[in-house]
Amino acid sequence: MTTVTAALEGYTQQLRNNRMGLWLFFISEAFLFGGLLVTRFYLWGNTRPELDQTIGLIVTGVLLLSSFSMNMAETAIEHGDRRTFLGGLAVTAVLGLVFLIGVMVFEWGLFPAIYEGHLKPGDNVYGAVVFAMTGMHALHVISGIIFIAIVWNLGRKGGFSPERHWGVESCAIYWHYVDVVWIFFYPALYLIGTVAH
Amino acid sequence: MTLWSLGLVRGVVGQIVGFAAGMALVIASRLLFGFDPVWNQEPALVGGIIIGSIGFLIGVGALTDWFKWMRGIETPLHHGPPHGRPAWTRYFGVDYNHKVIGIQYGVTGIILLGIGGMFAVIFRTELAASGFQFLNPSNYNTYLSMHGWAALAAILLGIGGMANYLVPLMIGAEDMAFPRLNAFAFWINVPGIITLLMSLNYGWDGGWTVYPPLSVLGPVGYQFTFWAVFLIGLSSILGSLNLIVTILRMRPPGMSLFRMPIFVWAVFATSLIQLTATQFIGQAFLMLSFERLLGMGFFDPDKGGAPILFQHLFWFYSHPAVYIFVLPGLGIISEILPVFSRKPLFGYRWIALSSIAIALVGFLVWGHHMFTSGYGEYLRVPFMISTLLVAVPTGVKFFSWLGTMWGGKLSFPTPMLFVLGAISVFLIGGLSGPILATTATDLFLHDTYFVVGHFHATIFGGFVFPFFAAIYFWYPKITGRMYDETLGKIHFWLMTPAFWTMSLGQMSVGVMGMRRRIADYDPALGVEFGHVLVTIAGFTIAFSVLLMIYNLLHSAETGRVAGNNPWRSRSPEWQIPSPAPEHSYASPITVVGEPYDYGIPNSTYVHMAPLAAADD
Repeated sequence: MTTVTAALEGYTQQLRNNRMGLWLFFISEAFLFGGLLVTRFYLWGNTRPELDQTIGLIVTGVLLLSSFSMNMAETAIEHGDRRTFLGGLAVTAVLGLVFLIGVMVFEWGLFPAIYEGHLKPGDNVYGAVVFAMTGMHALHVISGIIFIAIVWNLGRKGGFSPERHWGVESCAIYWHYVDVVWIFFYPALYLIGTVAH
Repeated sequence: MTLWSLGLVRGVVGQIVGFAAGMALVIASRLLFGFDPVWNQEPALVGGIIIGSIGFLIGVGALTDWFKWMRGIETPLHHGPPHGRPAWTRYFGVDYNHKVIGIQYGVTGIILLGIGGMFAVIFRTELAASGFQFLNPSNYNTYLSMHGWAALAAILLGIGGMANYLVPLMIGAEDMAFPRLNAFAFWINVPGIITLLMSLNYGWDGGWTVYPPLSVLGPVGYQFTFWAVFLIGLSSILGSLNLIVTILRMRPPGMSLFRMPIFVWAVFATSLIQLTATQFIGQAFLMLSFERLLGMGFFDPDKGGAPILFQHLFWFYSHPAVYIFVLPGLGIISEILPVFSRKPLFGYRWIALSSIAIALVGFLVWGHHMFTSGYGEYLRVPFMISTLLVAVPTGVKFFSWLGTMWGGKLSFPTPMLFVLGAISVFLIGGLSGPILATTATDLFLHDTYFVVGHFHATIFGGFVFPFFAAIYFWYPKITGRMYDETLGKIHFWLMTPAFWTMSLGQMSVGVMGMRRRIADYDPALGVEFGHVLVTIAGFTIAFSVLLMIYNLLHSAETGRVAGNNPWRSRSPEWQIPSPAPEHSYASPITVVGEPYDYGIPNSTYVHMAPLAAADD
């Protein structure tokens, strides 16, 4: 075996290990988010708090859109199109930031000077669970945006090729995963049950 | 070489600096968001704990390679001891070799086991007589609670040690699938342990289960416990992820799943639980932390919360956790028993699958800890039945152990003695289990010392005895020298009868009405003599463990040279030189037969290149 094929084989091996590791991490995380959903249904049952439906719809739409731009970026690097790749990543990060602003500023009321939120974490069990679920999800969105920023910076310096872009692939799958989690969280927080007072 | 070149020293400094920075960060943000008062002890301390732990990881160097990757710098794996420093220093800093990490886990585990045992001996002495001798109820409770989490963390570390050292060796892999993640998963334990020990300064009194509302109302020491457990749990998750990928993807040609050494099956089953269930305790402890910090009312009935929810979340991890603790140990028993019986392991496939079965059934039994909690009565019978079901795969294991020994050519060096001790002790734990699993009897025994006796018998039989057996068994492979057989046997003959006394003594004082987690008792119960016996037994166990530690340290220099394969084992790690070289296998191995065909002529398990090629 020549050194080139040996190196290539080593890379493929590592890539397969990496993929399995990432999916195992997602399985593990599913239990974390599942635990939050269990908490929600245990404590709220068939009721829900009165949240701002417009904000909920907007942030959900924004997050779904970001998955498209992320997919665009990943497809672009597979075809060696660096411009679209960097553009797609940037759009995804901006949409992610819009999501965060929607949740933190308008749903949480983090800055009362801009917008007064109507739920506080310490109010009652509704505030507690809303903040726990959106907070844990927001933590993942923030880490996803940091991940995108790192990948964008590496991509700008020419770090990825159509053959070798595990960094992009893992970043994209992670982003989609966080997106899918929100698809479960959105109805659990905004849609299921009757409004409680 | 300077002190500063040791990763551990840099890590501790990093934690101190980070702790101060975290406290400052909290104070600054309270100022920014207009909180009043600006100084509030609890949030400041939590900020210190979190940033301090990150500071430790940066200081020790567990994140260095990843930071380089973020800047696009490739980092080739460094092999061998660090340049220009003595070889022992690699154990005190970040090293990516799985054997080094395994030793780091194991030694940290033994140290923490000692600390946990020390707490036990302290409050055990207090219990030897009724009335208050030298502890008051509050520090009695703190020591008792610390004993719980220190010992449990020690067990997780011990398992990490056995799994990290043995799994790659047993499957002939060069290393773990993710060496950097492996080092990270070990080192995150250390700030966790430091944080746990810091809780002593403030005290906490809820026992290891930290049920609300007590844990929400109690002293600030709880916060240290929550975050310490969170860090140690994170290590569990990342370590098990690494082990699963290693086991599924790094096996040599010919080693199908049913030709793996049985310990690897046990680690696989354990890792499945660790990967998933651990999230629940992390989440539950975070919820407690934030209920204290922000008044979030998850478990506060005044705010619409439910304390029982915590028990569900807690036991969904903490019951399977018991199987995390015992499955690797049961795997060790099945691994060592055929070597000293010179017979094939009886029912290999059943043993392998019974580990998986225990892991899966373990997810369905958590409610048996809550029979008296006031949850829906309709839940009692289903949880009772699922709990009793665990006896089936466990029984398979006992049956196989007996079948393996039956008609074998038994020999009894120290590891074999500890394996037999483990079986006898685990039997005590196993037989007392159904009594507690049955709702009708549990309603009377709940929260008595009977539970303590049962739990310690399962953990000593499922972890401590097999762990000691594993230490004695693989000691020659780790150090290249034999331990002192006489001291090993004295250790066994002191510890085993002492443990029987302790466990049965705890159960009998429990049946007589002794409640657990109580600093004092009424002498009229008639349990004082039982407590004296249990205390003496506790001291005997502690002394015997000190004997083992002396033996291990002393024999590393003076023991006789062991040779490659002193036990005539068929497992691949015994076919390479002792101590195991930096690159375990000089050339890839191939599996050509069954692992446990002891005593069957002309059977081979692994093919490997001749030893002459191995000395690079």
